[in-house]
Amino acid sequence: MSVNEESSQNGIRRRSWRDVDLRAVAPFAALALLLIIGAMVNPNFIGVNNLANVATRSAFIAIIAVGATFVISAGDLDLSVGAMVAFIASLMILFMNSGAIADPALMLAAAVAFAVAAGAACGLANGLITTVGRIEPFIATLGTMGIYRGLTTWLSQGGAITLREPQLQEMYRPAYFGSILGMPVPIVVILAVTAVAAFVLYRTRYGRHVVAVGSNSDVARYSGIAVNRVRTIAFVIQGLCVAVAVLLYVPRLGSTSATTGILWELQAITAVVVGGTALKGGAGRVWGTICGAFILELVGNIMLLSNFVSEYLIGAIQGAIIIIAMLVQRSLVRKS
Amino acid sequence: MNPEAVDGAPVVLSARRVSKSFSGVQVLFSVDFELRQGEIHALMGENGAGKSTLVKILSGFEQPTSGEILLDGQPIKLPPNGGAEALGIVIIHQELNLAEHLTVTESLFLGREVTRFGVLDRKFMRAETRRVLDLLGSHVDENAPIASLSIAEKQMVEIAKAISRDARVVIMDEPTAVLSREETGILFRQVRKLRDKGTSFIFVSHKLDEVMELTDRVTVLRDGQWIKTSPTAILDGEAIAQLMVGRELSSLYPAKTEPDVDEAIALRVEAVSTGYVRDASFEVRKGEILGFSGLIGSGRTELMEAIVGLRPRLSGDVFVEGKAVPSGDLHAANRSGLAYMTKDRKAKGLLLNAGMAANLTLQSLERHSRLGYLDPGSEAAALARARRRFDIRVRDANIVAGRMSGGNQQKLLLAKVMETEPQIIIIDEPTRGIDVGTKQQIYHFISALARDGRSIIVVSSEMPEIIGLCTRVAVMREGQIVGMLEGDEISEHEIMRYAAGLKKKAAA
Repeated sequence: MSVNEESSQNGIRRRSWRDVDLRAVAPFAALALLLIIGAMVNPNFIGVNNLANVATRSAFIAIIAVGATFVISAGDLDLSVGAMVAFIASLMILFMNSGAIADPALMLAAAVAFAVAAGAACGLANGLITTVGRIEPFIATLGTMGIYRGLTTWLSQGGAITLREPQLQEMYRPAYFGSILGMPVPIVVILAVTAVAAFVLYRTRYGRHVVAVGSNSDVARYSGIAVNRVRTIAFVIQGLCVAVAVLLYVPRLGSTSATTGILWELQAITAVVVGGTALKGGAGRVWGTICGAFILELVGNIMLLSNFVSEYLIGAIQGAIIIIAMLVQRSLVRKS
Repeated sequence: MNPEAVDGAPVVLSARRVSKSFSGVQVLFSVDFELRQGEIHALMGENGAGKSTLVKILSGFEQPTSGEILLDGQPIKLPPNGGAEALGIVIIHQELNLAEHLTVTESLFLGREVTRFGVLDRKFMRAETRRVLDLLGSHVDENAPIASLSIAEKQMVEIAKAISRDARVVIMDEPTAVLSREETGILFRQVRKLRDKGTSFIFVSHKLDEVMELTDRVTVLRDGQWIKTSPTAILDGEAIAQLMVGRELSSLYPAKTEPDVDEAIALRVEAVSTGYVRDASFEVRKGEILGFSGLIGSGRTELMEAIVGLRPRLSGDVFVEGKAVPSGDLHAANRSGLAYMTKDRKAKGLLLNAGMAANLTLQSLERHSRLGYLDPGSEAAALARARRRFDIRVRDANIVAGRMSGGNQQKLLLAKVMETEPQIIIIDEPTRGIDVGTKQQIYHFISALARDGRSIIVVSSEMPEIIGLCTRVAVMREGQIVGMLEGDEISEHEIMRYAAGLKKKAAA
């Protein structure tokens, strides 16, 4: 009856190969396969420069998709993220153009805070409309997608909104084009955002609540979990992730228009699903999501570097990927 | 009820030396089973004995790892996913499989709609549905949407569906678990009628009295092994229970211990009303087991949910040890030491896709987190503790809750509720759909908790359970507490008189 004996039986059980969940591994296997295919297609592909480039370009979708992982794990869906990127980026540039603060460094800091607050507010709006308003998230965010996109078009009067202050532009540029310890900033941001998100989802009460709500909201309610609060916070996290993506997006071009971020919501959902998160909620895989975002970008890159498929088919290939990913997931459902 | 006639009848469906493993874990060991034409054959066993697996193999939903299935004496590989219906083998699942938005007629003809010149022949289908329902003596309206039917009526529609498909073998998995006594009676009459016309039934149930009443033969499984097949008439309930458990059942219920009269009041409920429940007041003392009896739909669950904050109270107050508990706030009720265990462990109690630890700690995560960080070691320790304390037996420690047997699920749910360390525990249907051995264990857990000084409220539709466990019994009828019985008053007869409205409590 010693306690040690008991814990060696139940607690510190040795993990065997049978315990490995193939669904969690599948996206990474697919990524490895793509890397091998890419290397065979074009020797330049596997170079550090090219891969860093791909990762950098996947940053926007990857970061947004990390937020989407929370929303989807909680059993909801956010279709407004693409429009939200355009809206928040426009607001941020207009704010910086307003010249309200003279000192450029202070102005930049204020603009960053402003964008983050705007992202949280947009997410909160989505969350409250779905939970308090009790509207299906699909419909609610379809509505806010129209609103955010329409407001952007109105703000830009159908044209572009461009960052005018050259000094500010110069100061902000490194946020996308710079590097830290030899690693491009966007990649550092992806890793940081993902690490924080993984910690929250896997190691905190809130994360456990998200998965419980997505898995069965009745069970969550009967366990004393404030279901609507959990769902609303997931939308706010999504908004914050969109804001972080905007912080990288604005220094890249210094300009936005009504067509910024079009269809990004679908790419983000694709990344989440390819990464192994169940679309009906109840299982979230943050690192898988990042992997999914890389896969989407890699496929485009391989098609550009190879010459036998037209790059105009990228959309079609990405569409095929999501279907193939679902079929693979289905076949990997553990039969135990 | 004619053993000789059944004896001579040909075997319709049989399993020969059937074994089944799920990812290396064997759950059936070379089981034999024979179903004759025109018999009602009970399949009994404790949870985890392999009944469900055998039934799934006999209906094609699972394929045996070894051994064979014979239909009319011919070896056959049953088509999966309900394809066996075409061969006349129909299974009626415990969780009824009816689309809520369809009408009765549409449900009956789902997937084999009758058409004339490519257009649905609705008149013919309605008439045919009526004919089958009349055959069953059922008064269900053929045009009613499924959502408007009671559970018993839905069950009847499922049976009508089976008949309209010329089923030769009907498998019923715990059909009476959600039925009232009268509804069960109606169901049994229809089943007997069909049996006499030559349909064969496999009847999976935990209720010994029903098996004795209805069935012609019994097969008992234990731990995945075939134990015995015998005519029901030569067995009694005690004998079947012993075959299932493999040991003598000592008394099912532990000795009652009544709390002292001057023991402190743990829970006071004053004039609580919801939409349906009106003006419910009662008290529970420390160490007391209070029963709540009444017919299905008498408002017991609604009252309990209002007390713990799962639904808002329209009026009335709840006091735990003298302190008021706010309305509609389960979390606050939990913190004050009040806990509620749902009767619906699959839909409201457990995350079926999650493992044991995630389920166990879901309601009490704050006990395992430091500065918001969850400590996996602390959770694993809690699980080890709970498994010892509540004797949760699983073959694989990483099993998801949905794959556990009903009895182990129920123990896990009880463990989960107890993780909040409540002083007052409301247990709604403590033993629904679990085997007699686990029932006995749960009764002893409940009794031990009360002896520990905790207060327990047991809501149950099983009269013997209420009578065997509780020292005081409240009876509800149409949203009101109509009687409060103590001591010798607690009897089936007396409870029924209150529940049926023949007697009301004198103005107190």
